[in-house]
This record gives sequence, C-alpha cells and structure tokens, in this order.
Amino acid sequence: MNPFPIPRGMSRRHFLNHLAGAAAFTVPALSLTNSLALGAEKLKRSHKSAILLWMGGGPPTIDIWDLKPDAPTGGPLKPISTAGDVQICERLPLIAKQMDKLSVIRSMSTREADHDRGAYYMRTGYVPNPNVEHPSYGAVVAHEMEPVVKDLEIPPFVSIGGGSEGPGFLGMAYAPFQVDSSGNVRDLALPVEAQRMNGRVALLDAVESNFISSRKGGVAEEHAKVVRKAMSLLTSQQMAAFQVDKEPQAMREKYGATGFGRSCLLARRLVEAGVPFVEVDFGGWDLHQNCFDRLDQKLPEMDQAMGALVEDLAQRGLWNDTVVLWMGEFGRTPRINGDTGRDHYARAWSAAIGGGGLKGGLAVGATSADGSRVETEPYSAEDLMATVIQALGLSLDTTFTSTNGRPMKIAGGGKVIRDLFA
Amino acid sequence: MKSTVLRRMCLLHILGILLSLVASDALAASPALTLTIDTRIAERWTEAKITPSKPATDAAWCRRVYLDVLGRIPTVEELRKFTGDRKPEKRERLVSRLLGDEYLEEYAVNWTTIWTNLLVGRTGGTTNDSLVSRPGMQQYLRRAFQKNKPLDVLMTELVTATGSCRPGDEDFNGAANFLADKLAENGVQATAKTAQIFLGTAVQCTQCHNHPFNEHQQNQFWELNAFFRQARIEPLAMEAGNNRRVARILDRDFAGEGGDPTKAEIYYELRNGKLKVGYPVFIDGTSLVSLYADRGEDFGDSGYVGDINRRQELAKMIRASDEFPRAMVNRIWGHFFGYGFTKPVDDIGPHNPPSHPELLEELAQNLRDTSFDGRELVRAILLSETYALSSEPNRSNLSDDPALGAKPLFSRFYIRQMQAEQLYASLLKATQAQETLAYDEQERTKQQWLAQFNTAFGNDENGEATSFNGSIPQVLMMMNGDLVKRATSADPGSFLAKVADSPKLTSADKIEYLYAAALARPPARNELAVCNQILAAHKGHVGAALQDVWWALLNSNEFILNH
Repeated sequence: MNPFPIPRGMSRRHFLNHLAGAAAFTVPALSLTNSLALGAEKLKRSHKSAILLWMGGGPPTIDIWDLKPDAPTGGPLKPISTAGDVQICERLPLIAKQMDKLSVIRSMSTREADHDRGAYYMRTGYVPNPNVEHPSYGAVVAHEMEPVVKDLEIPPFVSIGGGSEGPGFLGMAYAPFQVDSSGNVRDLALPVEAQRMNGRVALLDAVESNFISSRKGGVAEEHAKVVRKAMSLLTSQQMAAFQVDKEPQAMREKYGATGFGRSCLLARRLVEAGVPFVEVDFGGWDLHQNCFDRLDQKLPEMDQAMGALVEDLAQRGLWNDTVVLWMGEFGRTPRINGDTGRDHYARAWSAAIGGGGLKGGLAVGATSADGSRVETEPYSAEDLMATVIQALGLSLDTTFTSTNGRPMKIAGGGKVIRDLFA
Repeated sequence: MKSTVLRRMCLLHILGILLSLVASDALAASPALTLTIDTRIAERWTEAKITPSKPATDAAWCRRVYLDVLGRIPTVEELRKFTGDRKPEKRERLVSRLLGDEYLEEYAVNWTTIWTNLLVGRTGGTTNDSLVSRPGMQQYLRRAFQKNKPLDVLMTELVTATGSCRPGDEDFNGAANFLADKLAENGVQATAKTAQIFLGTAVQCTQCHNHPFNEHQQNQFWELNAFFRQARIEPLAMEAGNNRRVARILDRDFAGEGGDPTKAEIYYELRNGKLKVGYPVFIDGTSLVSLYADRGEDFGDSGYVGDINRRQELAKMIRASDEFPRAMVNRIWGHFFGYGFTKPVDDIGPHNPPSHPELLEELAQNLRDTSFDGRELVRAILLSETYALSSEPNRSNLSDDPALGAKPLFSRFYIRQMQAEQLYASLLKATQAQETLAYDEQERTKQQWLAQFNTAFGNDENGEATSFNGSIPQVLMMMNGDLVKRATSADPGSFLAKVADSPKLTSADKIEYLYAAALARPPARNELAVCNQILAAHKGHVGAALQDVWWALLNSNEFILNH
C-alpha cells in the first residue's frame, strides 16, 4: 500500500500546490495545507530520543539480569560474563556483547504487583488515583519535546505492538500512536482527491468550531486537535519511517524475523526520523507456569532484537542521543511455584538502561543471596523515570498542572540514579 | 420502616414542588423515583450555589436516549416522529416504547454488548488462549435482556454457572462464560471480577498486600476466593478444523490445600512470606461456619459439594448484601450520566465515598424493593429533569466537570465519546446497511470491525486496551476507513443515492435531512454557506455534494460525541 495519498499522475509538489490552491473554501483553521507548507524533507536533529522496551506481564529478572545460580530457587539458567562489568543470563549472548553500553539496575523495589496497577505506575511514575489520570512517559516526553520537534509531522509518541498508557491530563494530542510490528498504519489513503477533500474539511471545520464554541473546550476541542494531527500525518513524507520492509534484507535478518525483531527495527527507523519517544511492547512474560521452557523460547528472540538494536544505534552514531530502557511492570518471585512458574514480585527486581550519555557496563545495586530483598539503596519507578528525563536533557524542575489544578512534578518527583551519570 | 419511607417520600414531594426547576406538568406524570432523583440532585446544586444548564432540546434529548438505551442514534424518521409529536407526555411515551416490545430486540442486543464487554472484556473469546465462547455469552445475555431477567437472577446465574460454554452442547450454559477465563491460578480473577462487578469493591490489589488506601485487607480477598475453589474448568475436545479452545465449568469436591475435604482450607502468603490459612468468609465478615453452626462446628468449611455448594452460598450472600444493589445502581447511573456516584464506578467505599450517598442508598433500596428490575431504574433516570439537561455549560456550572477531578454534581449532561459499538450501530442504522443480514452474520461482521481497535495483553488479569479512544487511529478510521467509505457511498441503492434521488426534496431539504440523520439538528447559517459552496463546486451533481457533506458530518466531534 502506498502510504502517500498523492493522487495518481500527480507529483508531490503538484499535489501540494493543488491543496494550497483549493482556497475557494476559506476556512483554513483546519486544513490539509497547514502541515504541508513546512515541506521539510529531513529533520534536523537537535534532540534526544528514548526507546522503551516494555516487557508486558512482568519478566522474571532473576533469570535474566540478576541470576542466583547458588540459591535453591535460582532456576536452571546460568550467568555469563559480558563486555561490561556485569554478568547476565547465558541465553543472551548477543546482548552480552553490547553490555559495555547498557547497565543493569538490580535494586528496583516497588509495591504494585497487580498488572494494571504495576503497568500504570511504572509507565507514569504515579500510583493509580481515581481522581487524576497521569500522563505516561511517552506523553510527557512528547509534550516536553514539542518545541524542539516542530518539523515532525508524524506523532511524537509511537507505540509499537501495544497500547502503552494514555496521555492522561496532557490530552489526546499526546496519546500513543499505535502501530503493529510491521509498521502498518491503517486508513491512510484519502477517500477523494485533494481539491474535493478541502471542501469536506472546510465543512468539518465549521461544524467542529461551532460545537466547540457552545461546549467550551473539553473533549470537543481534543477531537479537533487530533483531527489536525491526523491531517498532518496523511500527507507527510515522514510516514516512510514506518515502512520497515524497506530495510535491506541483511538488516532485517540481523534483528530477527520475529515480532520483537521487526518492532525494534521499526523503533530505530522512527528514532532516526526524529520521533522523540517510541515504545516497543514485547509481552507474554506472565510466567506463572513452565517459566523455564518459555524462557528458552522468549530469551533468544529478545537477545537477537535488543542486541541488534543497541549495536545498530551505536553504529549509526545515535547511541548517545538515544536512551534505551528495558523494563516490565514488576519482576517475579524468587520462589518457584508448583507449576514450575514464578508469580508476581515487585519487592526486588531489575531493569536495564543505557544510551543517551548514560554509563554502560554497570550493575547498579544488589539483591540478597536468594534475590528476595534489595540490599542497597532501592530505586522506584519515579527514580527510573527521573533518570530517563535527565538523560534526555529535559528539566526535572518541570511541573505540570493536572486537570484538577494540582501541581504534578515530572517523573513523580523521583531522584536520578547517580551511578549512571558520569 | 414503611412509614419512614412514606414520610420521606412526602417530604420529597413537597421539596420537589418547591423547586422551581422541576416543571410542574412533568411532575404529575413522573414516578416517585424520578422525583427522588431530581430532588436529591437539585439539593446539591443549591449547596454548591450553581445553576444547572437549561433543558436540552427535544431533538438533543431524543438523540441521547436512543444512544443510551438502544446503542445507536435515532433515524430521521424516528427523530421527526418524536419532535413532531405535539401531545403531552411525549417523553414518557418514547421511553415506554424504547423499553417496550417494539424495540425489545435492539434493546436486548445493546445491553448484551454492554454486559459482554463488562463480563468477559472486549477481547474475551477472540484470542486463541481464551476459553470464552463469545457467541455463548451473548446468547445467554440476549435472552436474559429479552425477558428482562431481574439483576439478582442474572448475578446468581453468572456466579454459580456450571456447564459448557459452547452453544449447541448438551449441557450448554452461556452464563458459564463469565468465569471461563477467570478460574486459573485458583480463581484469583473470578474473585476480583465478582467483587468488582457485583459488589462494587475493588479488592484485586489486596491479593498481594493490605491496601494502603482502603479498608480491604488481604484476608478478605482470600476468604472471598475460598468460595470459588470447588469450581473446576474442564477443557473440551476441539472441533475439527477449528482451533478455538472451549471448556465447561463444573463443581467438584474441594479437598482443601491440606487434603481434608471436611475442613477444606486455602493458604495465602503475606508480604513477609508467612503463610496464612483461610476459609469462606463473605466481605461483611459472615463465615459459612457461622451460617451452618447448627450443622456442626466445622460444617461450613466442608469442601464437599453435597454438603455445601460454595458458589451458591456466595450468590445468596451477594444478593442479600447492601453492596449488590448499590453496585448495580452505580453502574447503571454511570452508563446514563457518563459518571457514576464514584469514580471508578466499581470501587465504592469509605476510601472513595459516593458523590450523592443518600440518593445512591435510595435508588439501591428501590432496586431491591422492585425485585431488582433494572428497567424501572432506567425509566426513572431517563424521565428525570437531570438527565434532560443540556450539555452546554453556563457561567455558573462550568466548574462542575468530573473530567477536571471534581465530584460530579450532574448540573449538565456530561459530553462523552460514543463507544465503538455505538458508532458502528449508528452508522449502520443511519445508512440502512446490513438490515437484511441475520443476527449471527451481523454480529460476526461487527466483531471483525471492532477487532482493529482491541489489544489483549495476554496476562493473567485478562488485561486489554482499546485504541477507539479519540486518538489518531480512530480519527483516521473515520476519515478513510472502509466503514465510512461504505456509509458515504452514493452507489445506486445506497442511503445517499436514495436521498439524492428523492424527487420531493430540494437540495436544501436534502442537506437538512443529512444533518438530522447525523446530528439531530438543522444546519447553522455558517455551515449552510459551506454546504452551498460544496453544492456549487459539484455543478449540480447533488449525489457527490451530499457525499462530501455526509463525510464532514460523520467526522465531526458533534457526531462522535454523546451530548
């Protein structure tokens, strides 16, 4: 499918002129032409980006980043040495080669061991509260980066393979733009030619504006904002970033012919195109049963894709501009249950992070011999988020005002993890 | 007891008459419950010193009633029949029709959709690892709503169901689908969802720890969980050429984790790693042991189904609880007003007190007194002055906005987005598409379309998300998607072709018809100017012009919002 809805027999320039010339309809507040005037072919890069590798379900980090081969409940997997000063699981040989660039935080300690609550907390830095919806990482970064990514026509927060968390009180204009791992974006082809489209858009704008003026903002206004974003995306050449199948065969093989592999490759393309926040969802970690058999399947997929991503970003000179964070909503119990599974465990677990100038090759913090307790300074979702925000060059003094008028500190007021900064 | 209720009703009558906001002609016809609603709600406006919005127009009211009751907007014919009705009590008559036999099928289908999403989620029965038969769930609910099954019977059948989830099996029981995906891991989800839906109690976080903000303790969760431990899920042989999993639910003797069925206990782990023992105890502290004390000291803890069927005991206790009618009222209220008395609707308690506690209690009591007939509550809500307020705020009630975190005062109709299912049904009805298809076939195409918005997380809480939430993919679908492409088609025989070719209508009439169909109002002057530009641009080709107008209307905020 051609993602550029340029009518047959028309060059892009011609098409743009057409849109601009279709001004018989004089209601340009909402128009296809707005976004096209920019015409930026390639973005100038003046900002950092982040990729969140979201491990939905809560991965058993005791089998991945913080192995306990000597503990009775350590499980069958063994640690191996890496390019960094840290040992990780033997099923991750490719990531091991990149561990000089990544650090493991082994002292994550949180309180939410329910999927929904844990996912919300880890991705917003706030525990769920019925009276306010907090914005997720991606929405916060998209919002804060807005002034520096003015030429970006595609959404600043893309979520691959999952829904992420919502934009909360920042509004639907900062919602994750959800695509599948193949980068397919549905419904991009305009239904009619540009000139006729502008007539439609003119009437749409009139109806939207009338409704907004009588209903005073709120959801009605949000809708108009999202319509405007969708319009800008419809005719943008930057949408080519989603075409992951345009990558050379060798590159696709390097990431792996898997969902997570394609997603990571797509994430790299989007970051390259200037998208400040990309989330990649890799689910299926809720390993209450047959934990180790399942890990034998999942870890190689993760290893290949994540290893390729780190190496690729570094080879392209993007590593110092891109923060990569690997985490789930919690870890899993050191105890192995009757179904050879591990259950939800938030008290002591690991996350992995690197890029954006953060120090690599470290193991930050430590857990007890059986992995059940954190024995060093514990870190929270807030601290992890603050670390990412700082690494992206955004100010931790930023305070939002939520819809109910309360001040909300960015990253929930967390403190950065000092060891990761030079 | 009865006399206090009567006295209270009298007082409410007097209050109601004193309130100038309540129109006197409507008052005569309104049932007492409607009056209770309006009086209680108005009391709080006075306290908060705000003036409610003016009443909505007939057409705006009609649009929202159809959307909320039938899950779709009215057709032009339905709308005009109502607005053209000059006789008194027209609103009462419309509500009676919508809740009566004439619309029974559509009513049942809409509430089946709502309850299916509530009971098994939007993705239940659509993924390979789900044991739910969505058609089975829907078949059960559709019949229940066709017969206006009382809510307590519905709850009991869902909580206690045994039998196969799959339609066609000899022991088919569609109600079994509620628990089909919730019995893994000793029924943690069965416990959490039953408490949430039927008791308005969010206990899921207490499975791991005492909740920091509410009174629910970890033991309450596991004692409630003990009621589900006789329930077993048994996988059924799959049909050839179909790899959808199916299952049946059975009640089996529960030997307890200690192996002694006469004293069938469970164990759960505290945060400090200590194991605790638990037996079936309801959330109000009533244990089965205490209920069956006359049968012997430990009889109530028996795991033998022949002694005690734990799920049936649970259903009886839910039915008798104060929490059950409260939870049902709050959910129904939330459906019609956009917000319940608490946010979220299924977490009521001292840690999250309701905005109108007296009204919630009165409505809950009434629900019990009317034998849990949900439709009477719906009727009272629909005929209330509160429900009939405009969605346009005034200067005094702009702050009454639960989206801003305020407790709702219901001083205007809160604008909300249509659900994906409502949009779908509205488009189909407005464009008279698919009317000849059978129910099953219609349902199948609908599920296919809905699937594009839904993601299942594949975790043990059956977590899921929808992208039909006002974000870009939804807007793109409306602009360019197949559904809207079909709805805006002007091919021979299509809805637009019929309007365009109608010899009796002028071009202006045709535009007005489209406005009535999409927005239930005539075009505004500045909109008409653009419509005329569009007509002129198409040089007399009315069909094409109508396509453009129809597209713009369907893509507008005003169309996609319930207001």
